[in-house]
Amino acid sequence: MKIALVNFDKAFENRIRLQVMSVLVANESYDFNSLKELLEVTDGNLASHLKALEKDEYITVSKSFVGRKPNTRYQASKKGISAFKKHLEALENLIKQQKL
Amino acid sequence: MEEKDLYAEISSIRTLMERSTKFISLSGLSGVLAGIYALIGAVIAYNLITINNDFKPFSDPDYGQALLIKLVILALVVLVLAISTGVLLTIRKARAKGENAWNQSSKLLLRNGILPLITGGIFVIILLIKGFIGVIAPGCLIFYGLSLVAASNYTYGDVKWLGIFEIVLGLIAALLPGYGLFFWAAGFGVLHIIYGAVMYFKYDRENSAG
Repeated sequence: MKIALVNFDKAFENRIRLQVMSVLVANESYDFNSLKELLEVTDGNLASHLKALEKDEYITVSKSFVGRKPNTRYQASKKGISAFKKHLEALENLIKQQKL
Repeated sequence: MEEKDLYAEISSIRTLMERSTKFISLSGLSGVLAGIYALIGAVIAYNLITINNDFKPFSDPDYGQALLIKLVILALVVLVLAISTGVLLTIRKARAKGENAWNQSSKLLLRNGILPLITGGIFVIILLIKGFIGVIAPGCLIFYGLSLVAASNYTYGDVKWLGIFEIVLGLIAALLPGYGLFFWAAGFGVLHIIYGAVMYFKYDRENSAG
């Protein structure tokens, strides 16, 4: 059965973007390689979704070096966290409506 | 969006939040082995101590320097064996699940547990040098317990209980000088075996990866 998408965040329509956001909300910050390992996605795929979230200002990026290796870390921004919460509430409301 | 997708979505969010913050590849079997090493170590220590000394309960023990050095070496051997077994079995368990043992959550686990552990280690060494032998077993137990509680946010909740039991045991040991070795054996031996067995049956058995 089809259900209405009220309050749904376009940015989180994609599964991987929603997963990235859940990891970043639960952690202070997370680096690219750990995210890749956790979500079992390819470099290019993850990078493009991270770019999209960055463009929406849902996450912030900080680049540094560990020895000679570049280390890119991601944090959820305030805007991102509140968008994520709203999205979850929308999901929960949908479930409640269906139980009625 | 379909209804079943909705549930899948929410449960995938929940597992990811959990998996990204908690390190769940700690091996239960290694807890049992660490406990066995500790018990063997305690038996050897008991024999070393009673060979030349009479056992005097409720008194601060007074050991010679040669005996102390032997006991410290014994304790270090037990420690190194327990840590290396734990690290090896944990790496094996992580591999079996297709995960990297050295990941963000295991780093957080170590970073949080290490401060009380190192503080306690240095504190106990200072006491040892100053000759306060009776405080060593309770000191080890209390600081080890604090370190487990501090690290437990990043792994199974059961670790917190192990930590609390170690702290309680350490405090009781402090009340009963002269029985340090028995409490040490109970805390590092018996408790680890119980904890390891609980972990093994609760989390490892279905994965059969130790």
